[in-house]
Amino acid sequence: MRSAILRVSLSLLALLGVAGVAHAQVDLSGEWGLRMHEDQPWRGPGQLPGEFQGIPINAEARAKAESWMASVYTIPERQCIPFSVDMAYTFGNMRIWKIKDAPSQEVIALGQHNEWQAQERTIWMDGRPHPPEWAPHTWQGFSTGEWVGATLKVTTTHLKMAYLERNGLPRSDQATVVEYYMRHGDVLTIATIVTDPVYTTEPWVRTRNYGAAPNQELNAYPCRPAVEIDREAHTVPHYLPGTNPTLDAGMRNGLPRVALRGGAETAYPEFAKTLPAPARPAQPEKK
Amino acid sequence: MRRRVPCLVGVTAVAAFVALARTGTDAQAPAPAPALENRANDFNAFTVQGAVTALIGPGGNASTQGNITVQVSDDATVLVDSGRGDANDRAIAAIRRVSNRPVRFIINTQAGRDHTGGNEALAKSGRPYGGRASGAGFLIADQGAGATIIAHENVLARLGGAKGGAPAPFGMLPGETYFTPEHELFNGEAIQLFHTPAAITDGDSLVFFRRSDVISTGDVFTTQSYPRIDLAAGGSINGEIAALNRILDLAIPRATQEGGTYIIPGHGRVSDEADVVEYRDMLVIIRDRVQDLLKKGQTLAQIQATKPSFDYDRRYAVAGYTGEQFVSLIVDSLKASAATPAVRSAR
Repeated sequence: MRSAILRVSLSLLALLGVAGVAHAQVDLSGEWGLRMHEDQPWRGPGQLPGEFQGIPINAEARAKAESWMASVYTIPERQCIPFSVDMAYTFGNMRIWKIKDAPSQEVIALGQHNEWQAQERTIWMDGRPHPPEWAPHTWQGFSTGEWVGATLKVTTTHLKMAYLERNGLPRSDQATVVEYYMRHGDVLTIATIVTDPVYTTEPWVRTRNYGAAPNQELNAYPCRPAVEIDREAHTVPHYLPGTNPTLDAGMRNGLPRVALRGGAETAYPEFAKTLPAPARPAQPEKK
Repeated sequence: MRRRVPCLVGVTAVAAFVALARTGTDAQAPAPAPALENRANDFNAFTVQGAVTALIGPGGNASTQGNITVQVSDDATVLVDSGRGDANDRAIAAIRRVSNRPVRFIINTQAGRDHTGGNEALAKSGRPYGGRASGAGFLIADQGAGATIIAHENVLARLGGAKGGAPAPFGMLPGETYFTPEHELFNGEAIQLFHTPAAITDGDSLVFFRRSDVISTGDVFTTQSYPRIDLAAGGSINGEIAALNRILDLAIPRATQEGGTYIIPGHGRVSDEADVVEYRDMLVIIRDRVQDLLKKGQTLAQIQATKPSFDYDRRYAVAGYTGEQFVSLIVDSLKASAATPAVRSAR
């Protein structure tokens, strides 16, 4: 009898334990609608050429971005390139779904589809290792996930060369991206941390928010490249050093040139204290 | 106007690697692809797509072996390049793990010893195209001759010593050469060789497996460093850019400009069009910067002082081949081009 009670007790404890684990692993699956209020000027209109403030770039990244010409997006080979995983949440709604092992019904991966530019990725949850460096690199990279309490931590490697921001700031194919998915009720916050040994000096951190949208249907994003400009084949648009006329565009917003150049120091509050007081526009005389 | 449509190919290791491509609600997964591991003492095999596998040298990207491409049919195994020649047993074992069909052709993309060093041993491991039934036949290739080595004629000239240097052993030399812009072969699918003149050398070939939709590029494309253009062997920066543009003309990606045609570089990871675009753009940008400074009458020292490759050095400069050296090479190449502007096919 005592043995039977012990067995039942152990079984209940085991169930509670399992339930406890399941409770900690928040269900992220479903439709998610993007909330654009955070950093809206950077995500909607976008930062201007030469506007690098607050981003921990190194001198190489700055030099590359200063040669960047927006027309590079017009060449057929670049027209349908989607955002890479570190820019994935700039625009568009998304869907997350579970991918299960049929015999065990264990979740072995999470699928994720972002509406904007049809970005689709798989986050492996089955403990598999990342492949060797000689495996192909992709826009969304190779992602593995693990639960840290109620937070999903996703690590991504094997990324293609892409952009840190839309004004030509580069992010190399050697970068690693770590994301934290945090769900609080109907709000999903994703923090993205980019570490790039080639073009940044410190990790670059961003957060983006989504709201649960159970009735949402995602749009398709069909994209097929075409020659749209009659010009010499294989043209590569870029500015030669010192010839880019757009780099001071950010000064229209009243930002000093020293801040526009970016770099890790410009991301910290202490930097603002080193700047001269902004010039105030002349006020009309009071009568 | 060029319109592209998705190129559908069979289920491939690459596709399995890239993603479980499905959009919808909760889904049940197919059997996962086996995890890839980096072998430190053996060639690493990566099934690319169709009938093509890439062999990356021991240690992976750090290997100094040129990549070997293996293409198989029921009739034969075709290789593109043969490695450095100091790990032939391991290369042959790796090839046999991919296919038990005899190696009948080896295509050399260039004369570099990291791509041709294994020619003799790997050819001897195979058989020539054709055969001899018991008691029959005449005018049939000697079965002991091994596989046929194919290359542009400039590769033979260089390996054979006709363009200077000590000749390679006879068994290492190409037995079938071509001098036209294109050459072809068939092994279960069409295989096209495109001569890209004056790229890394004057004898480079791109090898296009048409049904598999894979291009093997030799050192015209690498993910590991700036291109190691050999000016003395007829290479040039403009010819190298033209060769990369030729790859881009052949390659057609799937949706989101990814996958589709796969590219096996001379060294480094299996790639696709987007990787080649990035590499081509990098070379054009650095070349244009150097050319602009040359037009302004600047000397090599003055040009190097401006660091035209600065924004790419942390990614592509390696020990023994720095950005400064690469810029110096571009200066020499552009000066040579100015002296003799007729670079054939340089677009």
